[in-house]
Amino acid sequence: MKAGKKMKISIDRLRAWSERDTDRDYPFIPAEKSPEKEKREAPDPNRYKNAFEIRAFQKVYNVFSVVFCLTLIAVLLITISYLPRFGEAGNPANNEVEQRYIEAGLEETGAVNIVAGMILDYRAFDTFGESCVLFTAVTCVFILLKKKPTDAERENDRLYEPKNDAILQTAAAVVVPFGILFGIYVILNGHLSAGGGFSGGAVLGACLVLYLLAFGFEKTERFFTERTFRFITVIPLTFYCLAKSYSFFTGANHLESHIPLGTPGAILSSGLILPLNICVGMVVACTMYAFYCMFRKGSF
Amino acid sequence: MEVFKTILLCFLVVCAVSVSLSKRLLTSIIIFMSYSTVMAVIWVILRSPDLAITEAAVGVGVTSILFFLTLKKIHLLDESGEKDEDQH
Repeated sequence: MKAGKKMKISIDRLRAWSERDTDRDYPFIPAEKSPEKEKREAPDPNRYKNAFEIRAFQKVYNVFSVVFCLTLIAVLLITISYLPRFGEAGNPANNEVEQRYIEAGLEETGAVNIVAGMILDYRAFDTFGESCVLFTAVTCVFILLKKKPTDAERENDRLYEPKNDAILQTAAAVVVPFGILFGIYVILNGHLSAGGGFSGGAVLGACLVLYLLAFGFEKTERFFTERTFRFITVIPLTFYCLAKSYSFFTGANHLESHIPLGTPGAILSSGLILPLNICVGMVVACTMYAFYCMFRKGSF
Repeated sequence: MEVFKTILLCFLVVCAVSVSLSKRLLTSIIIFMSYSTVMAVIWVILRSPDLAITEAAVGVGVTSILFFLTLKKIHLLDESGEKDEDQH
């Protein structure tokens, strides 16, 4: 019923557009009260001359969109049918690179979690690129959305947040401490168990956003301002760059790297992986939080 | 385990179809959140718990909050909650 009404309104809009009827102002979002407005107008005999064409066009449009979607689904499914079976021994993914990672990974990187050893040691350059992509994304959001707070915003800090909501605050008070602890655990234990910088940083960022939603900018401004954001993103990225440059330089020139790998399984082991995990985690958490702030208010 | 996996995968398909078919954008986002939750469980079954953590935090938490914010910015969220808020 409601959908039919909306469809009618959109057909009217199409008609108005096709007749170049600029006197009628159609809002971007069709208002529900527009029928009253239409009643007041005198019926114009020329108004419906294009109605048939538009209806035909709409039908063709619908048919074409369905056909396009079905073709796309068929093409993708046919492509999938040519892929090798999941988990087969002869798959192209099972090559000497993977064998090397599994056999020598623990010895060469010192990380019990092979995935951490892969993404932060063998392929650390990729991870650096990913962190930089996040940094670039947040910079673009800054350029697009950053603005100075207006007077009303400066006076009432909770202008955009729900007023002290009891359910939200109680839930946040229970969830946020455990979430932040879990995030820190995932980051610090990244070379020993599943997880790492990105997962832990995402958990930390989500917890910060939840805290902000529940308690408002007034509370978070005490420990997180734009200055903090600048330090927390730029310093870890620089450290990451320098540390990995050192290890690439020594590795490429067959020099001895002076970073001890430690005993595998201990918390202080696996060389650079632990500090790099911390760096990535900080960058990711700050990026999530900054995204939220920028979309919400335009400033921290 | 196979039956459980099949049920979850069917749920994913149902979610994906209903996201595109639902009329209200708010409903679509909530269905998308449930999609991400189920996807996180599937990652655990496929033995990649690190991806499950990331999916749960990013897919359910951050992405949907950003979607909600965008809806609010373009004034497509229901305004009734707003009015309640002003009365306090």
